[in-house]
Amino acid sequence: MSELLLDVRGLSKYYGNRIGCAEVNFDLWPGEVMGIVGESGSGKSTLLNCLAGQVEADFGEVFFNTRSEGMKDTFQMSEPERRMLSRTDWAFVHQNARDGLRMNVSAGGNVGERLMAVGSRHYGKIREKAVDWLERVEIHNSRIDDRPKAFSGGMQQRLQIARNLVTGPRLVFMDEPTGGLDVSVQARLLDLIKSLVRELNLSAIIVTHDLAVVRLLADRLMVMKDGYVVESGLTDQVLDDPQHSYTQLLVSSVLQA
Amino acid sequence: MYVAVKGGEKAIDNAHLWLAEERRGDVSVSELSLKQITEQLGLAVNRVMAEGSLYDRELAALAIKQSRGDLIEAIFLLRAYRTTLPRFGTTKPINTNNMSCLRRISATFKDAPGGQILGPTFDYTHRLLDFKLEADGESLTATQAETAIDKEIPHITNYLYKEGLIKEEELTGSEPQDLTREPLEIPAKRPLRLQSLARGDEGFVLGMAYSTQRGYARNHAFVGELRVGMVSVEMEIPELGCSIEIGEIEVTECETVNQFQGSKTEPPQFTRGYGLVMGHSERKAISMALVDRALCWKELGEDDLGAPVQDEEFVLYHADNIQATGFLEHIKLPHYVDFQSELELIRKLRREADERNDTQEAAE
Amino acid sequence: MSDYNFAYLDEQTKRMIRRAILKGLAIPGYQVPFASREMPMPYGWGTGGVQVSAATLTPEDTLKVIDQGADDTTNAISIRKFFEKTAKIATTEKTSSASVIQTRHRIPEEQLTEDQILVYQVPIPEPLRFLEPSEIETRKMHALEEYGLMHVKLYEDISRHGAIATSYAYPVKVEDRYVMDPSPIPKFDNPKMEMAAIQLFGAGREQRIYALPPHTKVVSLDFDDFPFEPSKADYSCDLCGSENSYLDEVIVDDEGGRIFVCSDTDFCSSRQSINSELIYE
Repeated sequence: MSELLLDVRGLSKYYGNRIGCAEVNFDLWPGEVMGIVGESGSGKSTLLNCLAGQVEADFGEVFFNTRSEGMKDTFQMSEPERRMLSRTDWAFVHQNARDGLRMNVSAGGNVGERLMAVGSRHYGKIREKAVDWLERVEIHNSRIDDRPKAFSGGMQQRLQIARNLVTGPRLVFMDEPTGGLDVSVQARLLDLIKSLVRELNLSAIIVTHDLAVVRLLADRLMVMKDGYVVESGLTDQVLDDPQHSYTQLLVSSVLQA
Repeated sequence: MYVAVKGGEKAIDNAHLWLAEERRGDVSVSELSLKQITEQLGLAVNRVMAEGSLYDRELAALAIKQSRGDLIEAIFLLRAYRTTLPRFGTTKPINTNNMSCLRRISATFKDAPGGQILGPTFDYTHRLLDFKLEADGESLTATQAETAIDKEIPHITNYLYKEGLIKEEELTGSEPQDLTREPLEIPAKRPLRLQSLARGDEGFVLGMAYSTQRGYARNHAFVGELRVGMVSVEMEIPELGCSIEIGEIEVTECETVNQFQGSKTEPPQFTRGYGLVMGHSERKAISMALVDRALCWKELGEDDLGAPVQDEEFVLYHADNIQATGFLEHIKLPHYVDFQSELELIRKLRREADERNDTQEAAE
Repeated sequence: MSDYNFAYLDEQTKRMIRRAILKGLAIPGYQVPFASREMPMPYGWGTGGVQVSAATLTPEDTLKVIDQGADDTTNAISIRKFFEKTAKIATTEKTSSASVIQTRHRIPEEQLTEDQILVYQVPIPEPLRFLEPSEIETRKMHALEEYGLMHVKLYEDISRHGAIATSYAYPVKVEDRYVMDPSPIPKFDNPKMEMAAIQLFGAGREQRIYALPPHTKVVSLDFDDFPFEPSKADYSCDLCGSENSYLDEVIVDDEGGRIFVCSDTDFCSSRQSINSELIYE
């Protein structure tokens, strides 16, 4: 029985009088994928950004099981510690690949950056690893010197994933990873994410409005409305037998579509 | 046979002599006097004092004469001179409430206690070249007012304060840092930003201000008040145990009233921009107020719109024309050593590329 | 110029600069902010170096000033004259006779000793500046030793050109900690930075001072499989025959004929006089 990876308590974020997200509690285990669903304005992106430290929360604690010191509240960490965490153990896949890539650096450079940031100094080996990872995300190695500007949306997203996973993080945050992509491209991407998660025993927290995504990827899910978590549990249970009226609404509208 | 060229020192000496000749110009034309400059080119003198950060009309005039009218060069001379001057101490803050206003206008109210005093302004002139000025001409005098201007004219923003409509400025009571004594570090607090703008290049600050008016982080500025006049300068003298007036300087002060658009943390209120400049220098004071306001976006909880004027680093690092011109013009200095290494690198890369092409062609 | 203090700056300012220098020596390669004063020469023309020299000089010193390796270039002359007037110290063109050497864009060919100080003029002190324009961000990167971006740039060079495409101001890592810009010296000069003399770097406009104490470890950035090469033109000096000094290319006729001569004029002329002595033996 492995140790808890992430322990979130009472996480809240307010914008003046408006609630961003309120009193969120959950825990996450190694190898587990948590889905966060809701419509736009539900607070799911706010929650993700607070968890990942991209936005400052107003209340709450996020304990992460660090390699060297065990469970630590990331909100109490110093900036150097947090930045180190986001370069090694954590990864963030943005909805818009442009936000997560260096657009004027080649694909190889993008993938190699995290390696170089933690001390890789052999050009040949960095390039080999980059080629390896590009293949894993189904980008042909002939594109290694091309810039992301020349890639399709789906390819950019896959490149972003490669860039994030190359240093073997333990926790990946994903914000609408398939947003804005064609349906067939989405399917391919989801299959890729699913197999990488299994292969690398990753934990992930995935925000999406698309129930099909959570059905495929998430072990557990949380349903958000107006900043609150209205229902949570095992994915199949929640989707097959929703208890909260809002969840029922969500599920039924998908069936009709 | 190539002999390394010598004689750089003599060349420089000759260049200086020639410069001195050019500066004087045709000797049959009478020489400019400092008095002529302070009297008849007063606004140039004002700019040089403001950006040179030194209030001394004669010195500014001398700098203008020496620099042949290149105002940035003149500002440079004044700044360099300023470095050598010993510091006696710091004065008390000047009180612009007690200004003897030469000019005082407001765009926000038609009239206000103290009145709208137009003063000697270009604002309502027609910009037609006046050829009468070609001949050294007649002197004109303006008619004097019957009553003197009140010594104390309250600021217009006071009326807005009383109604609670304008944001109160915080009096922290702390000593402001001196930009000329300490390096500028970002993020910079407002006093340092204001100092930077006060001595910043008029053209640059103007351009930045103008950009806000054109929509790059527009802040809907109204000129609440523009006043120009003399203020007294007071200093604490420890030996006397009290403060005395050590002199008077002319300053231009501009307060803008800016509309507040719904931000995350504050209810709607007017906010201020502030500009203060040595000498009569309206364009600078108003520009400064607009840029000051734009740079306050973070403190006011506003959004970062990505406008250049909101980027504190961008504005403050590029506002100083002495730093700018120095670095710009330094590219005239020899750079042939660095260039040589570039030459070698590019030749090497081209050779290698050719070799690769040759082997490729051979293979085909 | 008797109204000015020794070497122009007042004592308070010198103290401030010396404090910055001491901090710089204590943390090799770290950029120490200092309140640069306006000097009688423009920013970008050596004011940082001049302020560092002014704070360092004592009446017993002998000063040498070079630009592009030569004593006779306009900027070197101007600065040398400035110190002659304001400090009345002895000046020289001989590297071995100088106790303080102010330089722009070169390190002298002759090895420096523990009794000497080398003062560099620096235009842009921040090695990451062209990759990251924000000062706040680059300060963080130095503080957190986040230099990945620097290596990404080198990686991109190799993927595009087959080699690292920086030929001067080549970044170095100091004592395995700070990445530093050595000023726009040709990369050929980088290895010389491990030396017995004190090295001081002054950037006036950017308001930074940094320093290297004697015998500091200075390593030019590279990859294990693309090691740093301190290359120069593949010629020898047409005046003195030196094969190991950095050379200036001089175009001598309308057809583009060229010769190569040592950039370090003192080094070259010493060799030339030795050569002519040898001829007479």
